[in-house]
Amino acid sequence: MGHSSDLSRNRAAGGAGSTGDTVLGHQGLRLEEDLLFELDSPGQSGVDLPAIPAVESRLGGLERRTEIGLPGLSEPEVVRHYTRLSQKNYAIDMGTYPLGSCTMKHNPRLNEKMARLPGFASLHPLQPAETTQGALALIEATAQWLKTLTGMPAVAMSPAAGAHGELCGMMAIRAALDAREDGTTSRRRVLVPESAHGTNPATAAVCGFTVDPIPANEAGRVDVDAFKAKLGDDVASVMLTNPNTCGLFEPDMIEIARLIHEAGGYFYCDGANFNAIVGRVRPGDLGIDCMHINLHKTFSTPHGGGGPGAGPVVLSEALAPFAPRPWIVHDDSGFALVENEADTGDAAPIGRLKAFHGQMGMFVRTYAYMLSHGKDGLAQVSGDAVLNANYVMARLQDLMTPSFAGPCMHECLFDDRFLDGTDVTTLDFAKAMIDEGYHPMTMYFPLVVHGAMLIEPTETESKRGLDDFIAVMRRLAENAKAGKAERFAAAPQLTPRRRLDETTAARKPVLRWTPEGLEAEAAE
Amino acid sequence: MRYLPLTDPDRCEMLAVIGAPSVESLFRDVPEAARFDGSFDLPDHKSELEVEQIIGALAKRNMAAGDVPSFLGAGAYHHHIPASVDHLIQRGEYLTSYTPYQPEISQGTLQALFEFQTQVALITGMEVANASMYDGATSCAEAVLMARRITRRDKAILSGGLHPHYRDVTETQTRYLDLEIVASPTDVTGSESLAALIDDETACVVVQNPGFFGHLRDFSALAAQCQAKGALLIAVVPEVISLGAVIAPGDMGADIVVAEGQSLGNPLGFGGPYVGLFAAREKYVRQMPGRLCGQTVDEDDRRGWVLTLSTREQHIRREKATSNICTNAGLCALAFTIHLALLGEEGFRDLAALNHARAVQLAERLSTVDGVEVVTDAFFNEFAVRLPRPAADVVGDLAAKDILAGVPVSRLIPDDPDLADILLVAATECTGENHIEALAASLGEVL
Repeated sequence: MGHSSDLSRNRAAGGAGSTGDTVLGHQGLRLEEDLLFELDSPGQSGVDLPAIPAVESRLGGLERRTEIGLPGLSEPEVVRHYTRLSQKNYAIDMGTYPLGSCTMKHNPRLNEKMARLPGFASLHPLQPAETTQGALALIEATAQWLKTLTGMPAVAMSPAAGAHGELCGMMAIRAALDAREDGTTSRRRVLVPESAHGTNPATAAVCGFTVDPIPANEAGRVDVDAFKAKLGDDVASVMLTNPNTCGLFEPDMIEIARLIHEAGGYFYCDGANFNAIVGRVRPGDLGIDCMHINLHKTFSTPHGGGGPGAGPVVLSEALAPFAPRPWIVHDDSGFALVENEADTGDAAPIGRLKAFHGQMGMFVRTYAYMLSHGKDGLAQVSGDAVLNANYVMARLQDLMTPSFAGPCMHECLFDDRFLDGTDVTTLDFAKAMIDEGYHPMTMYFPLVVHGAMLIEPTETESKRGLDDFIAVMRRLAENAKAGKAERFAAAPQLTPRRRLDETTAARKPVLRWTPEGLEAEAAE
Repeated sequence: MRYLPLTDPDRCEMLAVIGAPSVESLFRDVPEAARFDGSFDLPDHKSELEVEQIIGALAKRNMAAGDVPSFLGAGAYHHHIPASVDHLIQRGEYLTSYTPYQPEISQGTLQALFEFQTQVALITGMEVANASMYDGATSCAEAVLMARRITRRDKAILSGGLHPHYRDVTETQTRYLDLEIVASPTDVTGSESLAALIDDETACVVVQNPGFFGHLRDFSALAAQCQAKGALLIAVVPEVISLGAVIAPGDMGADIVVAEGQSLGNPLGFGGPYVGLFAAREKYVRQMPGRLCGQTVDEDDRRGWVLTLSTREQHIRREKATSNICTNAGLCALAFTIHLALLGEEGFRDLAALNHARAVQLAERLSTVDGVEVVTDAFFNEFAVRLPRPAADVVGDLAAKDILAGVPVSRLIPDDPDLADILLVAATECTGENHIEALAASLGEVL
């Protein structure tokens, strides 16, 4: 087993690296890198601190007496370590990132610069409100844009991510039902399409609801008759993504809204794909009751390798009284925050979802993005996103198999029928894309088609970039059909690591470095 | 529009390939009634220069805690961030990459997460840690839910020293689950006794160190009492720098440790985004929420990393998942890891010692001001003082003198007259002796 780092092992062996003929295993610009803990120079530090004044300890006898075990490195070593690690990542800055449902679009650096202005970055959340008027004004302005673009009367800004926004929305629905039905609703069933993101059923469950799946029709949309058949006086809500995860607009949204309301339930819209319709469709006009907005998708706050996100939730009049604390109020003397239960007046907030006031750093980036685009640019965003997806679909549909007839919205869905009889799987196809210099598209999601390949180019790809991507996809499809399955099964070959053994990782989890781990290996 | 690469000739050519007459025609599935045909009451696009001017003007309307003497804490702390931290996290390979679901081209993010998990486990004194949560408060709520899954019991006891927002978030997130929350009365002096509240229905006891009022306590005895009754001890750490000076919660016997990691690498940022730390005993790992990065090997037997144990998570388990969480605080966790990597063992312990020394200096100086009483005896870098009049008023008076004097407890617990005069004050390495002097002198003037 390659337990210790390959670089450490190669160095200890006096050369002859494991990955080829080089001494340490490096291959040109592809550099091996040890773990931080294997680079320890005991006593070293990359930070020089001011002198520590001599005082009498007031830790109450609770001084830490044992060594923590953190490694010591100088600043140049740390900078080099994390620079080398960064070069093992694919990124939007490097190329097309066609991850359907994830919206990997350009992250403007202006937004980073704005978020780092000391007036925002160095602001404490519990300063007196009169010293934070600019920050509160910015949150209000961002909220106003979100309400205007969605056509909804209220917005809860504090949820920390899309799934957190779902929690907010579904809790508001639960609270509204409880309030309507004398304190405890008997409505427990939530209708969720089979194509939904996994967060939808997971969120419904943590709000005490049960999940009832609704099937899709042959056109990849909600089957309205099946939906109707499932309605009843125990139904709390429907959770629907629009455009849906097949990249299709749900044309019956207005009818679905009417039906769920008639049945006494509320309409939760998953706004993950709002980027496809921003500036053209106001979800409020469709009759929804709430929708979370993943700011990183529609408004391009960076993904950062998995967060942080932000998931404000727009709310209808019916749900607005249940919005979580805090919120901002405004009068002649300026902006103020309503933070505590004692100050909420007639409202009946579900409580508080996060310490302090939400993901301020993400609001600044979002506001910069909104101002940069304006209402004209945002309509162009959705137009170009949809155009790019349809262009990709048009140029691939003769060799690959689109799951549904076009036009699509911001993403196009293929299934694996074009790989029938080739011994190439969707996974193999995706891994082969990596050797061609691309991040794979989303695979095996949504679950409603076999071997799904969901491609979302986004509006920030040039036509030249799309043509290159299309050329690669076409060649791969041709190679698969030409019986070159072994090349797919062996991909990727040109990456810092080839396919990794995920089964062993899950069966015998090694979730941290330990010095004992190294000793155990030495004893083998 | 500078962010949109397509040109009009491109669009025409592409529409011809698609066989569509216009971009609008691609939206034909959108029913007429759903299309917005009015004009949004919003401005048109602006140049980079104009955006900078507008947002810059808003930033200037705030009093940055870094620009004036500041003693604010209560779960968010102003610390110095080494320049290389922000430089590294702004590399596009980190900033603009997705969740590392494709491990062959995400080893950088994955290895950094593995280092993060190791660092968190080390400083908390625990066996395993996840790849981070939204923040300390949501970590606390998730820890309670995890304890419920492990013990299959439905009662959680919250210390009166728990940060009011953490308590609030925990109560909110569990309000629709059959879980009884027993919140102990507010505990200013750190003298509460929770052992008597533990019974056979208790899933967990949640304590905080340092407590909301700054006090440090040894929870070893409480941990043993929890264990004897089959309950779990959850320790909350609101100021992660304290772990460089104080006995780790794991060494006191905690079963789950959650912390707010903001103090390492992440700016105050008016409250977010921050980074929740979540660590536990290894035997509970399959009940943990959130992402986990694990070590494995590739086809050439070279060491590498993958996201693992995802059968706990929503994208696999859907309504049966351990949590609905679908994200971590990726870039904030990276900032945390790089800052702690720079500090190292010596630097981290020295930084903690420096924070404590500044706080002791502050306490000593404030106790010489007429009318100010320091009420916390054992503390790390934050403590409570009692003033002769409402703390919120005093804070307002001092803000007018460009001093951010601290957090009045009434800001978070408004309905308790006994707490109206209590002010929380914090010191960090950024607190200069001149700041301490300015606060003491100004307090003397306004009291």
